Amino acid sequence: MTIPSTLGEVLAQQGVSRRALLKYSAYVASILALPAGASRVIAENLAKARRQSVIWLSFQECTGCTESITRSYSPTIEDLIFNLISLDYHHTLMSVSGAAAEHAREAAMRENKGKYIVVVDGSVPVKDGGVYSTIAGQTNLAMLKATAKDALAIVSVGTCAAFGGIPQARPNPTGAVAVSEIITDKPIVNISGCPPIPEAMTGTLAYLLSFGKLPELDHLGRPKAFFGETIHDRCYRRPFYDKGLFAESFDDEGARKGWCLYKVGCKGPIAYNACATLKWNGGTSFPIQSGHGCLGCSEPKFWDQGGFYTPLAAQAGVSGELVGTAAVAGAAMGGAAAWIARRHQRSHLAEVEALDRSPPAKSKG
Amino acid sequence: MELLQFARGPALTVALAVFAFGALWRLLGVLLLERRGVYSAPRPGAPSIFASALAGIIGKMWPHATFLKQSLFPVLNGYLFHLGLAISVLLFAPHILFIKSISGLSWPALPSNLVYGIAVVTAVSLVAALVHRLTDPVLRLISRADDYVSWMLTFLPVVSGIAAVSHIGARYETLLAVHILTVCALLVWFPFGKLMHAFLFVVSRGETGIRFKHRGADI
Ligand code: SF4
Repeated sequence: MTIPSTLGEVLAQQGVSRRALLKYSAYVASILALPAGASRVIAENLAKARRQSVIWLSFQECTGCTESITRSYSPTIEDLIFNLISLDYHHTLMSVSGAAAEHAREAAMRENKGKYIVVVDGSVPVKDGGVYSTIAGQTNLAMLKATAKDALAIVSVGTCAAFGGIPQARPNPTGAVAVSEIITDKPIVNISGCPPIPEAMTGTLAYLLSFGKLPELDHLGRPKAFFGETIHDRCYRRPFYDKGLFAESFDDEGARKGWCLYKVGCKGPIAYNACATLKWNGGTSFPIQSGHGCLGCSEPKFWDQGGFYTPLAAQAGVSGELVGTAAVAGAAMGGAAAWIARRHQRSHLAEVEALDRSPPAKSKG
Repeated sequence: MELLQFARGPALTVALAVFAFGALWRLLGVLLLERRGVYSAPRPGAPSIFASALAGIIGKMWPHATFLKQSLFPVLNGYLFHLGLAISVLLFAPHILFIKSISGLSWPALPSNLVYGIAVVTAVSLVAALVHRLTDPVLRLISRADDYVSWMLTFLPVVSGIAAVSHIGARYETLLAVHILTVCALLVWFPFGKLMHAFLFVVSRGETGIRFKHRGADI
C-alpha cells in the first residue's frame, strides 16, 4: 500500500466521500463567514493539501483547551488528528512517551523546517529565567523560542497562551506572559477563551490548511469570524436587556423567566466570542443559556476585572476614600471662603458706619 | 480593556474627587455668606421668606407673558434637553447600577430602548440649543467660552453614550471608555463653569424671589 501524501488521498483511502468533504467544507466556510463559493475552494485545497505538521506545546495551562478540542464536533478530534493534520507532538497527549515524544518533536522540526505550525496552550513564565515550568528539563521559554524559530505560524489557543490568562492574574507570581510577548517575528493567531470554542480552533486550522494563510484577525490577533461580535450582540436574552427586564438573583422570578443576566454580572457586552452562535457541545447550549452570566473569558485580564457577579456597570474602581477626602477639603474651602467674605463684608460695613458717624466735612467755600 | 480600566478607575476617581471638592467649595462658599441686611420694612401683604423664595423658584420656571413669544423655543427646548438628560442619566439601568455601586442607592429603571430613544432626542435638542445660541444675535453677543465649553462637555457624554449603546464607530469597550472619559471631563468642569447652575439656580432664584416680594414686586 502506498503512503498517501495529500489529504484527498488520505480521505479516499479511509472511504470518506467527496460529498462528505464538500459538506465539511461548507460547514467551515459558514462558521468562518466566508462567501458561498469559498466552500468549493476549501474542498479543493483541502483535498490537495499535504498533511500539515503540527507541534502542540502545552505550558502553564490546565489542559482545558485540549479537553475542549477533543470535544470538537466538526471535525472531530479523530478527523483533525488523522485526516487533516499530522500531530507530530502533543505534550499532554504524549507525556507517557517521555524522551520519544521529545525526539518526535525535534524530528518534525527538522523534516518540516519553515512549514510546521506550532500550537501553544498555556502562558509562558519568564520570571527567574522561566524556572517555574519546565518540560524534559527545558524551560517553557526556551522550548517556545527553539520550536517557534522555524515555524510557519503560531496558533495560541486559550486565553493563557493568547493573553496570559489565569497564570498572569494578579499577583502573577511566575511572571506569566502571552506567547505574542515572546515571539514577535512570526504570524500569530490567537484563539482565546477559557477554554476556546472547539470549532474556533479547528475552523482556524482548516482555514490555514485550505488557504495557506491566516484568516482576517481583529486588533487582538483573533479571527474576526469567531471574535468579530460580542456575546451581547447575538445573545437570545438581548430583548430582555432592551426592555429593562433583568434577573436580580439566580433564583428569582426573572431568572426563572430567562431574563437578562446583566445585573448578576454578565460580561457579554464586552466579551467577543462566538458562544452565542456556535454554542458548545455540538451546539447544545452556552453559559447564558444555562442560566449563568458570561465571564468574558475570551478577553485579556478577564480574571482581574472585578467580581464575576458584579454588574459590568458597577465595576468602577472608584476610590471612595479619595472622593470623601476631596469632599471634606472642598467643604473646608467653601467654609473658609465664606468666612473671608464675611470678614470683608463686616469691615466694609464698619467703614460705612464709621463714615456715617463722622461729622460731615466743612465746605471750604 | 486597558483604556476602560483607566477610565473607570483612576480617571473616574480623580474626576469625582474634583467634582466633590469644587461643588462643595462653591456651594458652601455661597450658602455660608452673610445674608444681606434688610433695612426696610416689607411691603404690606409680602409673604414669608420661604413663600417668597418658592415663588421666585417656581415663578421663574416659565417666561413672563411679555416675553413668552420670543422665548418659547429656548424655553421648550431647554425643558426638553434638561428632562432628557435627567432621564438618560438617572433612569438607565447600567447608570443606576453604577450609582448603586458607589452610593448604595437604587431605584427602578426605564426600558433601555426607551432611554436610548430619549437620549437621541436629547442630543438633537442640544444641537438645536447650540444653533439657537449661534444664530440669535443677542444670545451670541453675551455668550462666552464658558457657554460653549459647558455645551460641549454636556453634549459629548450624550453622543458617546448613544454610540456605546449602539456600537457605532468602534468596539464597545472603547466606546464605553470614551463615554466614561467624557463624563470625567464633565465632572471636572462642572463646579467651575456655568454647569454649576444645576445647584445654584435654586439659590439665586430663591434669593431673587425674596427680594422682589419684600419690595412688593411681581415675579
Ligand atoms: S444575558 Fe448578558 S449577553 Fe445576554 S443580553 Fe443580558 S447582558 Fe447581554
